[in-house]
Amino acid sequence: MLDTSFEILSNREIAKNTWEMTLRGDTRGVAPGQFVNLKLPGFYLRRPISVCDFDAGSLTLIYKVVGHGTEAMAALPAGETLDVLTGLGNGYDTGPSGPRPLLIGGGVGVPPLYALAKALLREGKAPSVILGFNSADEVFYREEFRALGLEPAVTTADGSLGRKGFVTAAMDVPYTYFYTCGPEPMLRAVYAKSVTSGQFSLEERMGCGFGACMGCTCKTKTSHKRICKDGPVLTKEELAW
Amino acid sequence: MVNTQVTLSGLTLSNPVIPASGTFGYGYEFAQVYDINILGSFSFKGTTREPRFGNNPPRVAETASGMLNAVGLQNPGIDRVIGEELPKLRRVFHKPVVANISGFSLDEYAECCARIDREEQVGIIEVNISCPNVHCGGMSFGTSPESAAQVTRAVKAVTTKPVYMKLSPNVTDIAAIARACEEAGADGVSLINTLMGMRIDLKRRRPLLGNVTGGLSGPAVFPVALRMVWQVYEAVKIPIIGMGGVASAEDVIEMMLAGATAVEVGAANLVDPLASKKIVDELPRTMERLGIENLTDIIGGAHHG
Repeated sequence: MLDTSFEILSNREIAKNTWEMTLRGDTRGVAPGQFVNLKLPGFYLRRPISVCDFDAGSLTLIYKVVGHGTEAMAALPAGETLDVLTGLGNGYDTGPSGPRPLLIGGGVGVPPLYALAKALLREGKAPSVILGFNSADEVFYREEFRALGLEPAVTTADGSLGRKGFVTAAMDVPYTYFYTCGPEPMLRAVYAKSVTSGQFSLEERMGCGFGACMGCTCKTKTSHKRICKDGPVLTKEELAW
Repeated sequence: MVNTQVTLSGLTLSNPVIPASGTFGYGYEFAQVYDINILGSFSFKGTTREPRFGNNPPRVAETASGMLNAVGLQNPGIDRVIGEELPKLRRVFHKPVVANISGFSLDEYAECCARIDREEQVGIIEVNISCPNVHCGGMSFGTSPESAAQVTRAVKAVTTKPVYMKLSPNVTDIAAIARACEEAGADGVSLINTLMGMRIDLKRRRPLLGNVTGGLSGPAVFPVALRMVWQVYEAVKIPIIGMGGVASAEDVIEMMLAGATAVEVGAANLVDPLASKKIVDELPRTMERLGIENLTDIIGGAHHG
């Protein structure tokens, strides 16, 4: 965990209610599948947002406007400085991926898979990608994945773009392992349909975001885990589903 | 050179700043970002006889200038706290700690306190009496002078270390409860625990917290806490650890002027992991600015003259 400050470089809507914020600051210790915790002016608790992309000096976050906090976040102009805790959570482990991992993202569960795809490609692996959304106007980052040389399979619940249905409709590809992030009903469907082991990135309301308050604990098969500290990534074997 | 030392029941602290139970775990997360030995002490996560998972999520909610929590005393139980957490804690914190103990029956309080009393690193036992009494229709021990006194007597009978009763603010007359604890032998009192509150999720039209209600903390409660510390100071002679929304060195001094000998910092640690360190660092400068040489001199100072 690092307590640092980031300057907003850009903050724009990239799909319906979905915003991309790029920031400049110290990204040491940031890893795919981790999150950062932002202090927003006027709000008491921080906002945990998963890491979409990063390089040596910049960070990209994608968030959905769902309440007053994210509304205020969307109104922040470039040039503003934010107090940010970085390096939070365990992140994805690329070790067990095998040569052909499958990445399955739903809605604002897509962003952490982008940094993961880049990391897997750097390791010489050949990921397949499934991106699920409700409708065409919510689709984002299809082009960014293409720019990495990947061709994501897109599903929309209403059929307005790509294959009609949920991400599970596109899971009929060969894969050696999987990584997924998205709403819990989607994760449960992926859990049920998957034929290999895999890693799930989970979400819960958090107090501190660094393991102190026990505000986000969930039950696993063998123990209690703090989503913020022992997660947000849990393995298929740990989940008590 | 100002003097920030304070003494609680014979235990001298280098400063009055103590992270509050439930906001500091067993110290490890914070020890990764600063040397927690600069703190006066800290109060570890509330411990019960049996391991507890706690309440169903969501367990936290934001409020204006504060937060609600309904964690529900998640903890690994007294066996593992003594066997695993305390040995680990010893590696990162070398001063006496405040052991926060909870219970759902007099037996449980007595058993847990007797066992934690034997731990060398424990300096003070802080007894949380905001929990429901399972033998008494679930009413909180801390809501009547009689039951608060019963817990105090049960714990004092089996311990040698200073016992501080942590009082609930969800009562009509907190001074009466403090007096009952003092008469039953308490060495001090800690106050306030969180104020009971709730939020409703407008989209789902249901209570936001899994537990329906939760405890309010953060700057929103500071004036309430300060008022209660003031009232309790007028009612008892035993030392008070004041807490509730403390977020700055100025807040610490305000609490002490109202009657606190030491001050716990709670929710602030969750928003800023360096909050308690910043308060410790700020304290000497703030004392100089306010013309305070010895912190001990100002305890209850606002009551006089």
